[in-house]
Amino acid sequence: MTNEDIKQYISGIVPDTVYDETGEWLNANIPPQSWKQLAQALRNSPFSFDYLFCLTCVDWKTHLTMVYHLSSTANRQLTVVVKAKLDRNNPEIDTVSDIWRTAEFHEREVFEMFGVQFKGHPDLRKLILPDDFEGYPMRKDFEDPVNMIRL
Amino acid sequence: MGVREEIIEKNKDFPGHIQPVPGGGIIVSKFNEIINWARANSLWPLTFATSCCGIEMMSVASAKYDFSRFGFEVARATPRQADVIIIAGTIVNKMAPVLKRLYDQMADPKYVIAMGACAISGGPFFYNTYSVVKGADHVIPVDVYIPGCPPRPEALLHALIALQEKIKNGWTREQIREENKKQ
Repeated sequence: MTNEDIKQYISGIVPDTVYDETGEWLNANIPPQSWKQLAQALRNSPFSFDYLFCLTCVDWKTHLTMVYHLSSTANRQLTVVVKAKLDRNNPEIDTVSDIWRTAEFHEREVFEMFGVQFKGHPDLRKLILPDDFEGYPMRKDFEDPVNMIRL
Repeated sequence: MGVREEIIEKNKDFPGHIQPVPGGGIIVSKFNEIINWARANSLWPLTFATSCCGIEMMSVASAKYDFSRFGFEVARATPRQADVIIIAGTIVNKMAPVLKRLYDQMADPKYVIAMGACAISGGPFFYNTYSVVKGADHVIPVDVYIPGCPPRPEALLHALIALQEKIKNGWTREQIREENKKQ
């Protein structure tokens, strides 16, 4: 099973996927609306992507990008990175905590750090920050006049 | 001779002097000085580390550097039995109340060593961070500061010995408080 097979499989589900193979792993850029459907399909596919080993977000100032690293415990060489571009003012994407249980607290962390709303998440509370913390500290424009000293 | 050398010179021996009497001698000393001498040579640190300086502290505690040679016998896992707290690592806003609580639970006399750049000033996390306390002395009073990121084990040993000299040389915090009341 090669990257070409994965690309063919993903394109079969989300036709307007854009691929990037310049990095170590195959990158698939998808629209956020089709993420849930693709995630479920990848999990049940012959590749058996049963291991979500990284879930994070990037603030590009113009938009946010959700990044999902998937691998398979049956075949560790098999890795795919799925990226979805989100609107910075109203970031929303479907939760995958029902597909990979580990996503539950990873999504809580992304929620508190970037303010991404995960639709269908069972318990979207802050994970590490205090409950009364205001703002999303990992966003590039985050300001905290009390605790932060600007360089 | 600098102040530091004076302190070292003054404290290198057991406090007091020997009064010769027929058949031997009597040690004449001040009680406070003997107590301070005893305290300084048996300081039990609290097992407390919040990041990579903790690894260096463990190295100092173990066989190669072995701070028990200087009286820092056993690291205690409870603040109620500890005399000195070595702040080994970054203190974040969420950790600050825990540190304060641990310090409050320690019995007097108690001493604090700020180990490494983070404990002194926030270190590499001084700028552009929302979560780090810029120096542990914002939370609890510090007796000895050790620079470094992390400090060498020799630097920690040096700081421990400096704390011993400080205790041997001067009053405890309670004594200072009592003196202030008299004035």
